[in-house]
Amino acid sequence: MKDFGPIIRALLRNKTGAMLIALQIAITMTIMVNAIHMIINRSELMARSSGLDEANQFVVAQYGYRDDFNEKYVVQTDLDHIRNMPGVVDAIQTNSVPMSNGGTSMGLQVEPGADKEGLGVAIYMADDHALNTYGVKLIAGENFDPTEVEFRDGNTREWPQRAIISKAMAEALFPDLSPQQVVNKTVYINRNEPITIAGIIDQLQAPWVGWDNVERTMITPIRTMYKFSRYLVRTEPGRRDEVLEAVKSYLESRDVGRMLFPIETISDVREQSYRDANAMQTILWVIISILLIVTALGIVGLVTFTINRRRRQIGTRRALGASRGDILKYFLLENFVITSAGLLLGIIGSIGLNIWLVDAFDLPRIGWIYLPVAMVVLWLVGQLAVYGPAAKASRISPAIATRNV
Amino acid sequence: MLGYYLKLAWLSIKRNPILSALMVTAIALGIGASMTTLTVNYMMSNNPIPSKSDQLYYVQLDNWDPNDPFDEPNEPPDQVTFRDALNLLHANKAERQVAMAKTNFIVEPDNQEVKPFHARGRLTSKDFFPMFSVPFLYGQGWNQAADDNGDLVVVITKALNEKLFNGENSVGQSLRMQGEQYRIVGVMDTWEPTPHFYDVTNGAFGEQEDVYVPFILKRDLELPNSGNTNCWKTPEGDGFKAFLQSECVNYQFWAELPDNNAKDNYMSFLNSYVMEQKKLGRFPRPLNNRLSDVMEWMKKQGVVADDAKMMMYMSFMFLLVCLLNTIGLLLTKFVGKAGEIALRRAVGASRTQLYWQHLVETGLIGFAGGIFGLLLAWAGLAGVRHLYGDNLKPDLATLDMKLVLIGIALAVVSSMLAGLYPTWRACRIPPAGQLKTQ
Repeated sequence: MKDFGPIIRALLRNKTGAMLIALQIAITMTIMVNAIHMIINRSELMARSSGLDEANQFVVAQYGYRDDFNEKYVVQTDLDHIRNMPGVVDAIQTNSVPMSNGGTSMGLQVEPGADKEGLGVAIYMADDHALNTYGVKLIAGENFDPTEVEFRDGNTREWPQRAIISKAMAEALFPDLSPQQVVNKTVYINRNEPITIAGIIDQLQAPWVGWDNVERTMITPIRTMYKFSRYLVRTEPGRRDEVLEAVKSYLESRDVGRMLFPIETISDVREQSYRDANAMQTILWVIISILLIVTALGIVGLVTFTINRRRRQIGTRRALGASRGDILKYFLLENFVITSAGLLLGIIGSIGLNIWLVDAFDLPRIGWIYLPVAMVVLWLVGQLAVYGPAAKASRISPAIATRNV
Repeated sequence: MLGYYLKLAWLSIKRNPILSALMVTAIALGIGASMTTLTVNYMMSNNPIPSKSDQLYYVQLDNWDPNDPFDEPNEPPDQVTFRDALNLLHANKAERQVAMAKTNFIVEPDNQEVKPFHARGRLTSKDFFPMFSVPFLYGQGWNQAADDNGDLVVVITKALNEKLFNGENSVGQSLRMQGEQYRIVGVMDTWEPTPHFYDVTNGAFGEQEDVYVPFILKRDLELPNSGNTNCWKTPEGDGFKAFLQSECVNYQFWAELPDNNAKDNYMSFLNSYVMEQKKLGRFPRPLNNRLSDVMEWMKKQGVVADDAKMMMYMSFMFLLVCLLNTIGLLLTKFVGKAGEIALRRAVGASRTQLYWQHLVETGLIGFAGGIFGLLLAWAGLAGVRHLYGDNLKPDLATLDMKLVLIGIALAVVSSMLAGLYPTWRACRIPPAGQLKTQ
């Protein structure tokens, strides 16, 4: 530790170079901490389960445009056929699917009345095959009965009398009750229209991945007659692509006055939905990597510069008995001191930038763990960057001290 | 003098090729990252209609829930109801006005070879075309009578005209959509305002509509809803008519108001309109109408994505690191030049001349960094387009002439700023001491 004295005194005599490196380190740390925070934040969003059996499902949208499009008949016959196709586990007609970013939401409230607060909930409309097609688990209550499925068109206002909700929605509506206790409770839609909770499922996401309450969902026993609808098909594991082709050619073979949109697998839907998050992660990784390289090169440049200026001092120290290791240690230690000063500034910068990002963009706060991790990484980068020039300096011959003095 | 300085700079750069290359690289990386993200931000905050963006106003009326604002703290809904859109259109109190909604059509081409396909539709009124300066290839928009009677007329885009009529003049031809025969009255020339300002509720960077038909057809043909629909209470009564009479918002309304006087008058008209409606038991909230011009509306709606902004700030900090790096490298380089500087001082160059000489040198390095940086930005933008795919309109990630100039200027100015301190330090050296050791 006796080495610190000379290092500090030497640094104070030549502040500019050291300050430049310290500043670079500080800003690098600020960017790194916040960028990695954003990357991890996106990863957490992407890691959430949609509740679906994603690898074995696909969705196809249709729009009936001709006057002779008989939606009730067409959908029933399609579903009867598809459900019996080899490799198909189950299929439904529905208004939307998780991660598709388009759907319907309504408010549910525990007490009726226009002045009572409602909780937003995403609504999926499908028949009694819904749970099996989504691949969700009923944790309380019961599934719909086929007889309670209602038909709904654009002008229907009333909702079916029963609904199945997600566990998260049950907890939001009745924070103090267990799922079993929520079954058969009455909630109100449209301010005062009662709905009985038939069952609770473990988990199912709403269509909007950016929604804060993405876990709040409700399934209602409805077959839609909006002309526009989707089929969601679940297949046996590993048979998705084969079944997809079979369903496609079956649907295309029927001339019933509808237009089919391109079929999408749920994996496609997920990829599409999180593409922006993915892209941002990649861009931030690129920025962090180049940043570290630039910072390291800057350190190499400046250290080389200081070493060149101190060749004679180094030679003198060597002549006076300092070992190669001493010289190497000196520069490594010097860098450690400079880097540490930069990192102290960097902690302030990282927290400052995060406070601003939280304020301006509603980003979550950084966890404290980011700070020590970033510090260790930058210490290592600094030491690695200095090692080359310092090793070269340690090889300066003691004889140089005798020249040109 | 500049020519001489440039020559000296070039000699100096050649003398230290590695150091110079490092500096150019550092600046190029900083400029590359900054320009990539700046381009996306710049394009997203583009003024889509510069000639009259300050005369076009988006109308908001607060018909929302008395107990709960549409958006905190007290924001009115971002769209209007069908009945208000129609009432304001009929009132005709602005220089021009337009009521709009998004819709969908299935086009059934006469040519049996082409399968029916989906077309994005816009319900709108006659002023849309002159108001937003829409260019026409053939024909024109429709007239007042078509709006009043709900004539089956349609304006199509150049792309659709290419697809269906091989680009020939199709005005007067018919187009079959969802069982109705529409008469084509106009074919637009290429027109893709970015952002898609007139309906940002349904995506500021979404794709342009393919077909444009009179607004009133919404009611007459009971066209389906598309796009964002928000209701705070259930429509009273059944059927489509009840929905159109409801408090559900799904429509956009724009007014052209040439000056402040017109704007004030229109605002008082809106206020008296709402007071009138209050007598009918509507508009339970306090008076809260808004008029926002194009750029104000883009800002309110947060058209520039937060992600894009955050990445831009990160990149500019990155540029700062690169510049600090350059300062360090310049210090190194200029210290090596102490002898030369001393010599030039001794033979009569003034300090000012030396400052200029070195600023020219750093400027030249900055210029080279700028050029390479722009190449990197060009590659970076190709990467951004690839990463975002269909989620980002390609023209949002494309450099234009103005951006190229901004990039070079940014590189030159920032590297000259970075050169200030090293230059000052180098030129402060007293000549005598340096000459002695030679």
